[in-house]
Amino acid sequence: MSRLYDKYRFLVARRLTQIAVLVLYVGGNLYGWKILTGTLSSSTLFETVPLSDPFAVLQMYAAGAILAADVVIGALIILLFYGIVGGRAFCSWVCPINMVTDLANWLRRKLYLDKVEKKVWMSRNTRYWVLGLALILSLFTGVAAFEFVSPISMLHRGIVFGMGMGTAAVVVIFLFDLFVVKNGWCGHVCPLGGFYSLVGKYAPWSVVHNQPNCTLCMKCKEVCPESQVLHMIGKKSIKVLDMECTNCGRCIEVCDDDALSFTIFGQNENIKGAKS
Amino acid sequence: MSNQESKAKKSKVQISERRRFFSLMAQSIGITALGGLVWSAYVEEAKAAPLVLRPPGAKPESDFLKMCIKCGQCAEACKNRDSNPDQTHQTSTLLMAKPGDHMPIGTPFFKPRDIPCYMCEDIPCVPVCPTGALDEGLVSVVKNGKRELDINKSRMGVAVIDHHSCIAFWGIQCDACYRACPLMEEAITLEFRRNERTGKHAFLIPVIQADVCTGCGLCEHACVTDKAAVFILPREVALGKAGERYIKGWDVKDEERLKGVSTKTKTRTKRSEKKPADYLNEGVSYE
Repeated sequence: MSRLYDKYRFLVARRLTQIAVLVLYVGGNLYGWKILTGTLSSSTLFETVPLSDPFAVLQMYAAGAILAADVVIGALIILLFYGIVGGRAFCSWVCPINMVTDLANWLRRKLYLDKVEKKVWMSRNTRYWVLGLALILSLFTGVAAFEFVSPISMLHRGIVFGMGMGTAAVVVIFLFDLFVVKNGWCGHVCPLGGFYSLVGKYAPWSVVHNQPNCTLCMKCKEVCPESQVLHMIGKKSIKVLDMECTNCGRCIEVCDDDALSFTIFGQNENIKGAKS
Repeated sequence: MSNQESKAKKSKVQISERRRFFSLMAQSIGITALGGLVWSAYVEEAKAAPLVLRPPGAKPESDFLKMCIKCGQCAEACKNRDSNPDQTHQTSTLLMAKPGDHMPIGTPFFKPRDIPCYMCEDIPCVPVCPTGALDEGLVSVVKNGKRELDINKSRMGVAVIDHHSCIAFWGIQCDACYRACPLMEEAITLEFRRNERTGKHAFLIPVIQADVCTGCGLCEHACVTDKAAVFILPREVALGKAGERYIKGWDVKDEERLKGVSTKTKTRTKRSEKKPADYLNEGVSYE
């Protein structure tokens, strides 16, 4: 039992968080609960605290909208929160698409698709180009461009208000991640992930590697959705400073040798002292 | 010897770091431009839904699309309002556009034939809007120096009557829309007209007063014909515009617009550049 806890504690906690967030939003619409009303784009916590998707607000600004105080304050609260817990914690702990792409990734590993498929190369920096493009297109079209096509909002809004043809978008992402590119959407294309990467660049909360414990089994790299951030495995005892790390904690769980853990602040001296 | 050297040079082209950087950049920009073309083409088409009806207090459509963050708090407030006539808290006038609804995705709209706007006096959908896309100022009046919400100020659309399918125009007595209208005798009035066919009956003809009509759609909802003979259209679609130059001379207030206007106006067109005699005789030869 304690082994199960060790191996799945963060995964279970993440799923619970993701589902709890959805339940609160759905309850807000279906039963009029006042805990969390709205959707991930913008919501109100306990009828008082505004929360807003800072990327959506940025696109609205680019589109030329006059921004009301509520959305600006809401966006700042969210920026502050993810600036501390790691921007992409949104991706692995809140975003509903994460459950879709994690399922695709799990199936991909179970079916050994990586060993058969032809590699479709795609830069992990694609998301930053899409991010820039979203802002440029918002400027030219006069509407928040990514919000018009975002499968994240389609799924989330769909769960709260009804899916419609949005199901198709989610299925396409699932198939893309399963059969075309490993971690294709979340790890390569999604501009919201790119945006939150930038938000969490200096986040104090991160994963840290304890090199002497490492046995080079590479289970962490296999399970990591952004495996390039674990470049220090078996080499240096340092924090995972790459901003694309989603703080999902899967690497910590799968490690049998206690060579990875979460840290807040602290352990910075390890980084300075670590010379291979 | 020198021949061999030049051959070796040719086969091994040196790619400098700078050339590599610019080439990769150009490649990325090319792919981005292609994606941008498809993406922007979609957005431009998707945002052009001229027949969409917005909630009360919505800013003009182009501003509304800029400002709406698609959070759905208006639709939730509409659904969970206590003044909902069926008391279930499960029906909502405002819907959030799903993919496939052929409306700008994720934005609130309503279909009056299904569920009209019931014109709640406290307008629950508007104050919850975090962005101001639904503007309280557009549905408020100042009373005794205090701003108060007034749903009658809303302009969600305007009712339009199809004279051919409206049975009141046939001579059948029907005043369903007139009675359903929350601004009865103001937004819809009845005009009595002699029925020449029978010689002894009257037509009771519904007339929409476009300047008062809020576009709530209660008339469209109430209409008894198979497909509603009275229906709501966006005001920009259904209404014309007379322009500044026409004045209601019998209306004292409108007549005031003439005060201080110079009467010495001169129409200038290409033709008026010359005197009429010169212009008319232009090109005539006197041989």
